[in-house]
Amino acid sequence: MFTLEFLVNAISSGSLYALLALGLVIIYGILKMVNFAYGELIMFGGYVMYLVGSITGLPWIFVALAAVLGAMIISYLTELVAFRQVRAKSLTALLITSFAVSTLLQNAALLIISPRAKAIILPPIFSTSVTLFGATIPMRNIVTITVSIAMLVGLTLLFRYTILGIALRAAADNFRMTRMLGVPANLVISSAFVLSGLIAGVCSLFWIGRTASVTPTIGLGPLIIAFIATVIGGMRSLVGAAVGGFAYGLIFSLIGVLLPQGLLDYREAFMFLIVLLILVFRPEGLVRTKHAEERIG
Amino acid sequence: MKTSRLTTWLSSYSTIIILSVPLLILAALTNLFADYLLLRIVTALFVSLIVVLGMQLFMGNSGILAWAHVGFMGIGAYVSALCSMTPAMKEIAIPQVYPFLLQLHLPFWAAVLVGAAVAAVIAALVSYPLMRLSDAAGAISSFALLIIINSVLVHWDRVTNGPRTLFGIDELTNIWTAVGCAILVLILAYLFKESSLGLRLRASRADYYAASAVGINITLVRYYSFIISAAIAGFGGGLYAHYITSFTPNAFYLTETFNVLAMLVVGGTLGISGAVVGSLAVTIAREGMRAIENNINLYHLLPFDVIGLTEVFLATVLIIGLILKPEGIMAGRELRWRPKARLEEAERNSADGAGRG
Repeated sequence: MFTLEFLVNAISSGSLYALLALGLVIIYGILKMVNFAYGELIMFGGYVMYLVGSITGLPWIFVALAAVLGAMIISYLTELVAFRQVRAKSLTALLITSFAVSTLLQNAALLIISPRAKAIILPPIFSTSVTLFGATIPMRNIVTITVSIAMLVGLTLLFRYTILGIALRAAADNFRMTRMLGVPANLVISSAFVLSGLIAGVCSLFWIGRTASVTPTIGLGPLIIAFIATVIGGMRSLVGAAVGGFAYGLIFSLIGVLLPQGLLDYREAFMFLIVLLILVFRPEGLVRTKHAEERIG
Repeated sequence: MKTSRLTTWLSSYSTIIILSVPLLILAALTNLFADYLLLRIVTALFVSLIVVLGMQLFMGNSGILAWAHVGFMGIGAYVSALCSMTPAMKEIAIPQVYPFLLQLHLPFWAAVLVGAAVAAVIAALVSYPLMRLSDAAGAISSFALLIIINSVLVHWDRVTNGPRTLFGIDELTNIWTAVGCAILVLILAYLFKESSLGLRLRASRADYYAASAVGINITLVRYYSFIISAAIAGFGGGLYAHYITSFTPNAFYLTETFNVLAMLVVGGTLGISGAVVGSLAVTIAREGMRAIENNINLYHLLPFDVIGLTEVFLATVLIIGLILKPEGIMAGRELRWRPKARLEEAERNSADGAGRG
């Protein structure tokens, strides 16, 4: 069971999921809002890849950069146009707004592009594999691990040592206090959305790299994973989100091995059962933080 | 100034009358004059209204975002369809069905009520621990519940025919049954809101800590209310199944949730009137846009097929609505008739919020 292939595969998914969860929890930490439109950022990145790749024929690295940039811009725009206006109102209004933004983006893709899946041209690195110690390992997994770990390290450095990172962490801990100390609220929240878009954009490269195609509804899968991972790890800490991502990869693989064949179809339901149990019995998740829950307006 | 008992009675139940008479008139006019398409649309409106009212009952009075109700609607739809279909039809529609379900054959009303009852029982079994959660955790947990229900509906081949379409249900919900049931549910939702249970639930929404301080067991109050509202959603689902006659599990998932939530939020979650006004407004907007979309495609006005325009429009309207008036069109007020004397009395009392719903 624990062959090298399994291990590399688990780490590769785990690191991608950790990244996914981080992008969601950056927003949650500050606004206490679960961004239902997060999956659509990934979808948007995919469509940018499709459009830029098929129209310009630029080298793939530029296509990828365009996708990441696209996700960042659309994330910022959703904040500017929708979330900023509703922020001061109730949490329910904010959650429904994010659900509406998600529906809007999904159907805009249906309307403007097509309901059918669009093929993405990927560089050969996504389809080759190497042999290491007698195990065949897809290059895609190695690239995923490398980039995800680099992103996680980069984000850690950003959160720890830059003024923006410190402001973001402070805002997540106690937003009102942070504002009183002179940190502009709109700037912090916009930065959080841009950062969330950056992460979603990078994730979209690898998520879409798995199937090499993009559909309007592709965002639901990663959204659900990010959802579960953040609840497992703890919704209020960035470390928790990363831990939750790896835990998700592990639990999902374990459920696959442990569940009897007949129940395997219900894997997703079991994952959400775990979410419910965690929410009820350990709402703070695996990684505890010492700060009190507070929502800002 | 004293008011007679009749006016007192009329003014306390005026909301029900003000809301249900137009619904009845709408049903009668549609039945007399409308073509088949409009008849279907209006019937669908009444069926949706039932689910929206079920959702309002919990969400409006408790303040917790309820995602799972469309799932309970799905449970009601599948259970009632299984009960009412003939064994011969079931054998074709669900080839792998369990033998004990195959023999089950109930009349329409019994089937719909069994559907509602099963939705209530499932809600009763799973929801108690979830009622402790509020805010984000409450919303996530009910979203999780929706996904679990959908996952089970999609994969339980031997009951639901899996992700494939379940067909062959008799069309037994007509416009009169739909409007009758909608008015019944409307009365129920109104009485619930004014009942002791509803009042305690609303108190917990207004101030969680004050409500527990005066001795309200909030978890239990929410639990009972959730079961009632799940039963209503299941009831609506049963009527839906016998209106639409064929569906897949994804008919009871995010698209329908968006639809129902939009109706409730546009009208205003806090009151029965909001649910009715919102359902009407969203149905008119959606069907209007759909007609435009269909005509564009029919006459090839644009070089490509237009898909999703209606949803883009609705989502935009919903976002703008939430920005400008997050409490909805009705903003928590109920449509009601008050004789003059009572109005003055209410104005005197309005300092302590007596006029608010």
